[in-house]
Amino acid sequence: MLLRAITVLLALSAPIAAEEVVAGLSRDRISITTNFDGSDILIFGAVKREAEIPEAPLQVIVTVAGPSEPVVVRKKDRRFGIWINVEGVEVDRAPTYYAVATSAPWNEVLTETEDLRHRVSVSRAIRSVGAPGDVSNPERFTEALIRIREEDDLYQTNIGTVEFNQSTLFNTSIRLPANLTEGNYTTRFFLTRNGRVIASDETVIFVDKVGLERFLFDLSRQQPLIYGLMSLAIAIAAGWGASAFFRYLRG
Amino acid sequence: MQIYLPIAEVSVNAFLLLGLGGLVGVLSGMFGVGGGFLMTPLLFFIGIPPAVAVATEANQIVASSFSGVLAHVRRRTVDFRMGTVLLIGGLIGAALGVQLFNTLKAIGQVDLLVRLCYVVFLGVIGSLMFVESLNAIRKTRRGAAPKRKKHTWIHALPFKMKFRTSGLYISVIPPVIVGVMVGVLAAIMGVGGGFIMVPAMIYLLGMPTKVVVGTSLFQIIFVTAFTTLLHATTNFTVDMVLAVLLLVGGVIGAQVGTQIGTKLKAEQLRILLAIMVLAVCGKLAFDLLVMPAELYSLGAPGGH
Repeated sequence: MLLRAITVLLALSAPIAAEEVVAGLSRDRISITTNFDGSDILIFGAVKREAEIPEAPLQVIVTVAGPSEPVVVRKKDRRFGIWINVEGVEVDRAPTYYAVATSAPWNEVLTETEDLRHRVSVSRAIRSVGAPGDVSNPERFTEALIRIREEDDLYQTNIGTVEFNQSTLFNTSIRLPANLTEGNYTTRFFLTRNGRVIASDETVIFVDKVGLERFLFDLSRQQPLIYGLMSLAIAIAAGWGASAFFRYLRG
Repeated sequence: MQIYLPIAEVSVNAFLLLGLGGLVGVLSGMFGVGGGFLMTPLLFFIGIPPAVAVATEANQIVASSFSGVLAHVRRRTVDFRMGTVLLIGGLIGAALGVQLFNTLKAIGQVDLLVRLCYVVFLGVIGSLMFVESLNAIRKTRRGAAPKRKKHTWIHALPFKMKFRTSGLYISVIPPVIVGVMVGVLAAIMGVGGGFIMVPAMIYLLGMPTKVVVGTSLFQIIFVTAFTTLLHATTNFTVDMVLAVLLLVGGVIGAQVGTQIGTKLKAEQLRILLAIMVLAVCGKLAFDLLVMPAELYSLGAPGGH
């Protein structure tokens, strides 16, 4: 009797972990071939639940992050009449690609503290530990990094592009641009209610070069001398070929 | 048609690259310059990472120069002896230049140095050639007899050698020095160095313009082949797919350019080259002087 009472109490006090996210991708492997021109991935999923749908609306956030790398952001200034790089800030880790898609406006899907904890928004996904003391406004450098990468479609914030039906089924499409780097692209799913994350899931998209791209890339790293000589041989052959061809044309 | 470049890791339009290669190839064949000083900035502009652009451009210059030099060999307008002397200097210079480049890279601001080098050298050489060839054109119009070559201090130096194709009997010291200087600059600026060597051969060594182009191409082949191998083995930045696209356009362009070159007078050829050099110089100077639209730029840590 006592045991049963405790069980019931526990069940009541436990957070509503009754909702879980089950997600899928249209493809989990992107092959970069010679004619690779970017790719669209369809990301979809459903909410698995055992209880009734609570009152407050449920929201979905999907993020896709490419491999992180350190990057230096430099700022130009005028010195002696010409524009030169004067200041530089090293950002310790910045994803080479980062896309975030939501099912509603930002302030409805996630609170500031939750964003900080889960590193969801583009600016939170970048880690910048410290700028040199003589740099004024270090945050301007991170802003510039985001601005430059956004222009190249490498960073995307797609508000409201997740289609969410009956608080159960969701889907969105995320564009991977042509200038993609190889690596594992972590895809995260968040279910939020009242701005708080209540469930999350993670999966990986593998991006790698195949065929000729793979062969040339590996050769250039593993056998650089052979690769270099091969490049020269092609150059000489093409030069000679064109010369012979033109001589033939002119009789 | 978009093509993904395996080393540069960007996707670009194949026809754009073929067109750029062809255009620069025509200029290469006409003037005996590798065209690197034009192509490298153009590649930056279409979004190829600078390190890849510089290394791959060296490979492409090998192809267009080889194609160009064959046409000159058949016309016997290559001074192999002079080319070899220049080449010895060039290889020494390139090795020195790479050292200098790495030292400056450690201090930082190598980007700026490269740009300033371009502006200063293109500006000086371009204006000198422009004025000289304008005068030459005026003189031929007036029908005055060409001046006899004067004996200068260059003719008083030891280690004299006969360069039959050029019709010169001079010391090997000036060509070697020219070779070294061009080699150093070529390594720093990431170009073949033809645009510096061609005027140096004409004005410093007194070689006939007809021979200058072929000889310059001959020397450029070896210096750029050396640079390509250096880049491929140390920085892994030679992109074969990019190189092939550029050189297909380039070799065809070079053949066309050589044909155009034979139809123009030497002075006209020089004045055209001067105008082109000055235009590139002006563009680079403009970029340095005018406030850029984006003040910030991204780079890999620990170098440029």
